[in-house]
Amino acid sequence: MATLTRATSASLTSGRLPSWVTGLLLSVAILGSATFFLAVGSPGLLRILFTGALIFASVMMVASLAVEGRRRAKDRLSGIVVTSAFVLALLPLISLVLSVVRYGSQRFDLQFFIYSMRSVVGEGGGAAHAITGTLWVTGLATVISVPIGILAAIYLVEYGTGPLARSITFFVDVMTGIPSIVAGLFAYSVFVLIFGPGTESGLAGAVALSVLMMPVVVRSTEELLRVVPNELREAAYALGVPKWLTVLKVVLPTALAGIVTGVMLAVARVIGETAPLLIAAGFTQSLNNNPLSGPMMTLPVFVYRSYVDQGSPASAYLERAWAGALTLILIVMILNLAGRLVAARFAPKSGR
Amino acid sequence: MSKRIDVTDLNVYYGDFKAVEDVSLTVEPRTVMAFIGPSGCGKSTMLRTLNRMHEVIPNAYVEGSVKLDGDDLYGPGVDPVRVRRQVGMVFQRPNPFPTMSVADNVLAGVKLNNKRISTSKSKELLENSLRAANLWHEVKDRLDRPASGLSGGQQQRLCIARALAVQPEVILMDEPCSALDPISTLAIEDLIGELKESYTVVIVTHNMQQAARVSDMTAFFNLSAQDKPGRLIEIGTTDKVFSNPDRKATEDYISGRFG
Repeated sequence: MATLTRATSASLTSGRLPSWVTGLLLSVAILGSATFFLAVGSPGLLRILFTGALIFASVMMVASLAVEGRRRAKDRLSGIVVTSAFVLALLPLISLVLSVVRYGSQRFDLQFFIYSMRSVVGEGGGAAHAITGTLWVTGLATVISVPIGILAAIYLVEYGTGPLARSITFFVDVMTGIPSIVAGLFAYSVFVLIFGPGTESGLAGAVALSVLMMPVVVRSTEELLRVVPNELREAAYALGVPKWLTVLKVVLPTALAGIVTGVMLAVARVIGETAPLLIAAGFTQSLNNNPLSGPMMTLPVFVYRSYVDQGSPASAYLERAWAGALTLILIVMILNLAGRLVAARFAPKSGR
Repeated sequence: MSKRIDVTDLNVYYGDFKAVEDVSLTVEPRTVMAFIGPSGCGKSTMLRTLNRMHEVIPNAYVEGSVKLDGDDLYGPGVDPVRVRRQVGMVFQRPNPFPTMSVADNVLAGVKLNNKRISTSKSKELLENSLRAANLWHEVKDRLDRPASGLSGGQQQRLCIARALAVQPEVILMDEPCSALDPISTLAIEDLIGELKESYTVVIVTHNMQQAARVSDMTAFFNLSAQDKPGRLIEIGTTDKVFSNPDRKATEDYISGRFG
């Protein structure tokens, strides 16, 4: 029998950089790059950080190669690349949240929440009409699209076979790709055809949003129903439970936590839509609590209108726009938190 | 309770594929029948035709008849849901409902069917079913805890209790111990011995010793080649099949020469 010669030494131990080296090298690299740019006379946070990261990566590689060997050096490099990609992806988000909070907090006061813009010129006023409008329109869109979406998903997973199911899947995919402005035009024209020209209403806005929301709900619910183990369905059938009760009481509760999360994501997806609401729901300066008639203001449209149609002083309008954006982000965050709480409440329990 | 099963000239198909061919057998009330045979020989399929669970797979159908005390399960107008209320089933892997507590799992057959049941009645049914499944003493203090917290063997006995709570005539078990350790297996085998006092039991098993221990009758299934339908090779009292089989194939399988 031929013996293979060992390529590597038989030793089980190898050199290892102590864990504090990473932190030390990183701070030295950043400090070094900061000193250099200050000395040159062109300090800038981004270029200091970027150069610092580059220096850190190369020094770390060399050190690791010398002490730990090729395999660990490669491991270090991939670790640094992945971490930097993550930080890079996070930067725009952090910057966005920081600026919205900074500019938005200036008008984030009680008046902003209890006043509409009715007969307000210049300073003062608020977005009460836009906040209630957003809640109305998004709420109605949810009421329209969630039952249809969940029922369609149940049909696709539990009952659908053959050409009908395939065509539904296909058209749901097509719907996912509809540009939001087209959904707005669709809803607007439907309401114009029924109620005459120039009809703008909260309901029309809700219909436009539900066109955008429905495919998201169908898709996420479908995926979650498919991962419910077949064994549970069989267990219910074997107990003499009819199919519809099995779906209602076994399959849906098991998937409920995920479905709730999916619905919340769908809401978050449409609550910031501007274009379809601009067309279908219109805009107004006054509070309108009747979604069946008259234009209804919503937060994204409020932000948009405050920005395009600045009065004097312009700063008052811009501050209101920022405050509106902040409110919108907070609403989405609250919805997400509520969704998570509900999901945790309904999630199957491990019991250990 | 407990009914007699008569299977006559049964063929089972999955679409174009014939899975089981020409099976006739009888299971007497209050006995345990074991189905043994190599993988893919159609014994699980055969078992599932006894409560029409094979219909869960699209395009599955049967020819021939399965009679429960003379009533044809495949006669016109027979509702598979009603069949399954008389013929309960326990599966290979324990499958308690993860969203429900121990108690709700046992009462699932009642609760999922939207039946009204008084609190005292449901308590009685809960305790009786759990006692019948030899599980009462282990879980009586955690009836409202999630069922997924029980051990695998306890979960399987919970599934048996759940099947018993529907008050069936027949219990089908599809390799009920293959996912369990020897001690849990022993607990379930003891339980099968008690269950046959009041139910007809049909069990599929890969474990020949288990078949020899628990069953009164044994049916050996085999298939002549891959993609050929499974056939019933030999059926008889367990003693006879294990000690003095009529057919060479049965003897080879039981003595471990193939399969």
